[in-house]
Amino acid sequence: MFDRRSLLKGGGLALAGVAFPRIAYTAAPTQRRLVFLIQRGAADGLSILAPTGDPDFARIRGGWGRDLEGGAKLDMFTLHPLLKRIAAMHGAKQARFVHAAASAYRERSHFEGQNILETGGRAPYAEKTGWMNRLAGALPRSESKAIAIAPAVPAALRGSVPVASFAPSVLPDATADMAARVSALYAPDRQLSGLWDSALATQKLAGQIDGNGSAAAIGALAAKMMVPADGARIMMIESIGWDTHSGQSNRMKTQMNALDALVGALADGLGPAWQKTLVIVATEFGRTVAVNGTGGTDHGTAGLMMLLGGAAHGTGKVEADWPGLSQAALYEGRDLKPTIATEAVIAGAIARHYDMEPARVAKALYPAQPGLKVGAA
Amino acid sequence: MDRNDIALNRFGLGARPGERIGDPAGWLREQMSRYRPALNGSAALTSRGGVVRAIAQLQRAVLEGREKPGDKAAAQRGDDALKAFQGKVRSIYQEQVGLRARAAIASETPFIERLVHFWSNHFAVSQEKMGPNGLAGLFEMEAIRPHVLGRFEDMLVAVEQHPAMLMYLDQIYSTGPNSKTGAAAARQGGARGLNENLAREILELHTLGAGSGYNQGDVTEFARVLTGWNVAGLGRGAPTQLALKAGVPQGDFLFIDDWHEPGARTVLGKSYAQPGVAQGRAVLADLARHPATARHVATKLARHFGGDDPPPALVARLEKAYRTSGGDLRVVHGALIEAPEVWASAPLKFRTPWEWVIASYRAVKLPIDLSEHPGKAGAGFSNLLIQLGQPVWKPGSPAGYDDVAASWAGPDALIRRVEAASQLSGKTSPATDTRALAREIFGARLSQTTADVIAAAGDPRQGTALLLVAPEMMRR
Repeated sequence: MFDRRSLLKGGGLALAGVAFPRIAYTAAPTQRRLVFLIQRGAADGLSILAPTGDPDFARIRGGWGRDLEGGAKLDMFTLHPLLKRIAAMHGAKQARFVHAAASAYRERSHFEGQNILETGGRAPYAEKTGWMNRLAGALPRSESKAIAIAPAVPAALRGSVPVASFAPSVLPDATADMAARVSALYAPDRQLSGLWDSALATQKLAGQIDGNGSAAAIGALAAKMMVPADGARIMMIESIGWDTHSGQSNRMKTQMNALDALVGALADGLGPAWQKTLVIVATEFGRTVAVNGTGGTDHGTAGLMMLLGGAAHGTGKVEADWPGLSQAALYEGRDLKPTIATEAVIAGAIARHYDMEPARVAKALYPAQPGLKVGAA
Repeated sequence: MDRNDIALNRFGLGARPGERIGDPAGWLREQMSRYRPALNGSAALTSRGGVVRAIAQLQRAVLEGREKPGDKAAAQRGDDALKAFQGKVRSIYQEQVGLRARAAIASETPFIERLVHFWSNHFAVSQEKMGPNGLAGLFEMEAIRPHVLGRFEDMLVAVEQHPAMLMYLDQIYSTGPNSKTGAAAARQGGARGLNENLAREILELHTLGAGSGYNQGDVTEFARVLTGWNVAGLGRGAPTQLALKAGVPQGDFLFIDDWHEPGARTVLGKSYAQPGVAQGRAVLADLARHPATARHVATKLARHFGGDDPPPALVARLEKAYRTSGGDLRVVHGALIEAPEVWASAPLKFRTPWEWVIASYRAVKLPIDLSEHPGKAGAGFSNLLIQLGQPVWKPGSPAGYDDVAASWAGPDALIRRVEAASQLSGKTSPATDTRALAREIFGARLSQTTADVIAAAGDPRQGTALLLVAPEMMRR
């Protein structure tokens, strides 16, 4: 963890002191795989990796303290206990957590925020191509076959390089997907979201909407598509249900189980290839620090990013220039203040993964942010 | 909601794509001139006489079985007759539901159509008893539709003389103890007596309303007034014999003087000395004019259009319209159009399952083709409404279905609507532009979240399903 003598310059934070020499190729290029797992709906980083060591945390989020019992303690943070596979990955140096990260976007609209996260544009919808497609264009063909597990090609993968989308019909339960979308639909409606959350919580329903079953299936499917010699090398997976305006404690349990199941199935399916795989988990923005009147949180700013896989090169430490949770420390008096740029983390991780010059990667992925400072991380 | 949305959804049965009305209040008013009571396709339905004939045949078969306890064959015939009857009634019911749904979905006078549903529920008959089985749809067609823009009194009389109501509330068994038949039965040691159900429900539910100043004595007296009110062609006794003699068609209202309690009666402090059926008609006329009835009717209408907690100003406005017009429903319903409370911009009501289904069909223009087999589409609708918790014409009590959100907005109910929406959306075209449809259907009240979630849907059909369960669709 870095102390407060941070180098906040123009939105980018160079991870000072973490410079790696160019790594000689030990693996054939075609073994490198990349997965971008987007959490749509603004995932609450403060619940996933909770800053329990922060003096203000108990005051603000103490009500949900029980949810963290048994979670792995990482520096001043506690990982949600239901992320069991991810905790194990962290122990095996296959995970990096980057906290208080935010993209260049400072408003709070889901779809605008996701568009910025996916396109790297200067403004929402200003850029028609996505950073993943631009990356694919910069890689040798053997490394750039890209597929999205989605009914249509998401913004991050749109561009001049042809990519495929695959909406699996073999998955169980379109119901789980529909249920999550209905949750999103009702998020701002107090009456309907209360009723809907209650409905989903009932035992009777749990059997019908098995988020874990379909999440694991997606992870397994993604792995299956990436394992073959001529299979995909770049994949995008969409994860939904993160917009927890109400009933967050219970809903996060479902979300954590599903995320852990997905990532676990992905790792299992990839087998030895997991060693050379980089998974980037990111969301459009975080959520408010305070809990609202319906047991949830509202749209915020900084949040949590995760890098998983053998190619994440975990250090065992959480990376965060922690801004604090006191009222004075909050962004606009309500949100976790961003102290690192999501784009810098992505560009740095990509540069290291593909053994490319960080500056070149930053330019290719984020041309709208010429000031972005990226270290090879 | 803007005035367009309100006219289409709160007064009407739901917006249809591309529907534009220039003058919302004017559109509502001129529906009153355009409304025609006749129901498209009703000529194909089994008639009232046909249904009552089937009921009468069943009664005979069942009674024969009972009267010959040792005769297994007779008992078997009774059982077979019951099964056949139930099957027949189910088809009849489904045809009627199909026609009702089609009329609602296609209606160009949806405000009036909504009022038909309202009044049909106010004078509810419930189908689950053997009695009115097969008759509820005809009841709505014959006793409600023709009078919805007429005088309340005329609707009241038509309702209380319809075989569906007379059977549902057991009036057909009611005999005056001192009537010719009643007295004879008493002398022979038999039991023929009053049944108070109809009288009570008329006072409590149809007219004055509970706790509005009538007492048990009034109920009993009114029950005596109503003795003799019966259905031609039922059973083997007087209703059939007399009907044949007098040439009254099976299934029509029949007054049996021999069952009528003789003498003057006092109801709500007034004495009624009229003979025969006129006595009951006179009481009904006074009940229709009673101030408590004005208030009761005004309150229910205000709840239906103005919110679960009816705004007092709206109740007062409607009550005044009722009283000054002598219960002219055209005037009362017109007062709704002029009432500012009903034009409030926030959504006021949670849609009942019926309302939601009809609004959904109107929104996504799902066709119902009844040309080939009316029963099939009707079976689909009736099953859908059963799934959603509001089987058509089966409220389970003469009070009808509740008109408050608490009865309809529940966790399980939402799940069922989501399931239904997924089913319905499967029937829509995969080429639907759901984003544009959402803008057309919800107009000014489309929220950013709804627009975004629909836009992000996996495919257009999923988008349609999300549109159908959106908050904007759940309320009016």
